[in-house]
Amino acid sequence: MPDRPEYKLSTDASRGRLSVSGDWTVHTIGKISEQLAAQDTSGFEGLEVDCAQLGKLDTAGAFIIDRFACRSGGGTVKLVNASEQATALLKQAGELRPERDDELNKKEFGVVDLLERTGRATMHFIDETVETLSFLGETIMAMAHIVTRPSKMRWTALVSVMEDSGLDAVPIVGFLSFFVGMVVAFIGATTLSEFGATIFTVELVGIAILREFGVILTAIILSGRTNSAFTAQIGAMRMRQEVDAMTTLGLNPMDVLVVPRAFAMLIMTPVLTLIAILFGVGGGAFVSWLALDINPTVFMNRLQSYVPIENFWVGMSKAPVFGLVVALIGCRQGLMVGGSVQSLGQSTTKSVVQALFSIIVIDALFAVFYLELGI
Amino acid sequence: MSEDIAIKVRGLTTAYGTHVVHDELDLDVKRGEILGVIGPSGTGKSVLLRAIVGLKRPETGTVEVFDRNVTDLEGDDLREVQNLWGIMFQDGALFSNLTVRENVMVPMREHTDLPEPLMKQLADQKLRMSGLDDSAGPKFPSDLSGGMRKRAALARALALDPPILFLDEPTAGLDPITAAGFDALVRELQSALSLTVFLVTHDVDTLVATCDRIAVLGRKKVIATGPIEELRRNDDPWIQDYFCGPRGRAAQAGES
Repeated sequence: MPDRPEYKLSTDASRGRLSVSGDWTVHTIGKISEQLAAQDTSGFEGLEVDCAQLGKLDTAGAFIIDRFACRSGGGTVKLVNASEQATALLKQAGELRPERDDELNKKEFGVVDLLERTGRATMHFIDETVETLSFLGETIMAMAHIVTRPSKMRWTALVSVMEDSGLDAVPIVGFLSFFVGMVVAFIGATTLSEFGATIFTVELVGIAILREFGVILTAIILSGRTNSAFTAQIGAMRMRQEVDAMTTLGLNPMDVLVVPRAFAMLIMTPVLTLIAILFGVGGGAFVSWLALDINPTVFMNRLQSYVPIENFWVGMSKAPVFGLVVALIGCRQGLMVGGSVQSLGQSTTKSVVQALFSIIVIDALFAVFYLELGI
Repeated sequence: MSEDIAIKVRGLTTAYGTHVVHDELDLDVKRGEILGVIGPSGTGKSVLLRAIVGLKRPETGTVEVFDRNVTDLEGDDLREVQNLWGIMFQDGALFSNLTVRENVMVPMREHTDLPEPLMKQLADQKLRMSGLDDSAGPKFPSDLSGGMRKRAALARALALDPPILFLDEPTAGLDPITAAGFDALVRELQSALSLTVFLVTHDVDTLVATCDRIAVLGRKKVIATGPIEELRRNDDPWIQDYFCGPRGRAAQAGES
C-alpha cells in the first residue's frame, strides 16, 4: 500500500517551508492537490521544499509541488534533503511550467453564447445550401459531359449501383407501400362511413397514393437506405485517401463516384415509385375488398373513371428529382468526410437529415407549383 | 539478482493457428535499460510485445514483470498490472474522437481520482514533456502531423508514470531529423523518469542513439542479445548484414 501523501507548511521570515512526506504519485495525490491549491500563500517570497520524509515521487507529484512553488513567489525552488531522482523530477517540472494556466475551463453559457451559436448555425445553414446548390451545378455539368461522350460512362459502376440501391430496395418499398395503402383505406373507410360515402375510399386511396405517398415513401426509404450508404462508401474512401489516390491517377472523383450514382438514382427512383404506387393501390384495394365489400373489379373501374391520370404523372414527375436529391446529398456529404471516424458519423447523420429535409421541402414546392398550374 | 530484471520471459511459445511465431523464447529486460528488439520482418517482434502486455495469449510459457507473473491475468488483476506499463503503438492509436489532451486524460480518468482541472493541467504537462506545445492540446489527432501524433501517443503512454514503456516502431514513417529528435526525447525521458524501455524497431539509427542492449529475434527465438558493439562482432549472417550493410555502416559512422 502506498503511504498517504502529507505536507506541513511553516513560515521562516518571508520564506515558506514545505515539508512533504509519504508517496506523491498520480494515484495518491487526488485529495491533497485540492488542499494544496486552497492553501494561502500570500506573503511568501520563495519556497523551500524539505523532502526528507518523501517516499515515492512521480511527475504528477512533482507537478503539483511545482505549481505550489509558483504561487509562493515563483523563482527557483530550494530543495532540502532531496534524492537525486526527486531533484531531477522537480527540475523538469520547473522547466516545463505552462505559460498561462488561466485559460482552462473557459466556457461561455450565457445569452451571448446562445446568440452566437444561433448566428453560427444560421450561417452554417446558408453556407450548406449554397454549397449543395453549387455541387448540384457541378454534378449536372459532369453528367452533361458524360451524356455527350457515352464511352466515358462507367457502366459497371452504374449497373452495380442500380442493383444495390434499386433492385435490392424493391421488397422494402413494395412492402411498406402496401401497408400505407391499407392504412389510407382504413382511414377512408371509418371516416367516410359516417356520411354513407364509403365508395369514395377509392378516390381517396387513388389520389393519395398516386400523387403523394408513392413517391414520398420511395424517397424516404431511399434517403434512409441509399443516401447513407453513399455517404459511408465515399466517406470511407476519403478516410483511407482512396479519393486522393484516384485524383493523382488522373481519375476525376466526380466522374467515377458521383455521376454513376446520380444516373443510377435518376433511372431507378421512377421505377421504384411505380412499384410503390402499384403496391399502395393494391393495399387500398385489399382493405376495400375486406372491409367495405368493394370488389377489386369495381375498385379498378372506379379508379380509372374517377381518378384523373394527371395524379399519376404528378407523382412520377417528382421521382427523378427526389432521386437526384438523394444521390447528390449522399455523395456530397461523403466527399466532405475528413480524416477521423467522428467525421464519418457526423457526415452520415447530416446526409440523412438533409435528404429528408430537402425531400419534404421540395415536395411542398411541387404542391404549390401544381396548384398554380391547376393540375 | 532477480531484482534487476524488470521483464522476464521464459519458454514463451505463441502461435496463430498452426503457424508458430515464437518457440520456447527466453528474454530478460533489465530494470532501467532501453532494450531494442530487432529482427527480420515477420519474426514476431510486435507479437512478442503483444504477448508481454497480454494482448496475445501465449500457448505456453510465462511472462514476469517485476517478479510478478502476468500471464493469463484477467479482470482486476490485469488492470492492476496494466498500471505498470505504458504502450505507444505503431501509428499512435490515439482515439480520433477525442482531442489530444483528452487522449492523455483517458488513463487518468480510468485509474485515478484526480480532480478534473488538475487532470487537464497534468495532461498539458505530459504533452510539454513529450515536446508538444500547449496549442496541440485542444486539437484532434487528425489535425496533427505524424511526428506530433507519435509525441502525443508517447504522452498518453506516460500519463500514469508507468515504470515500463513499450514503444512499437517509434520512428517508423518519420523524417530522419524528427526521428533523431524523438530518439533524444526517449533517451531524455528514460533518464529523467528512470524508465525501463522495450523498443521494437527497424531503424539502425534509433538503436545506435538510444539502446543500451539489443535483442535480435530470428528462427522463432532470441538469437543474440548484447550491446551494439558486441553484436557487430556476431557472425550470424543476418546480424552481419544488418549492422555491416550500407545503412548499418552509415549509422556507425554517424555515431563516431
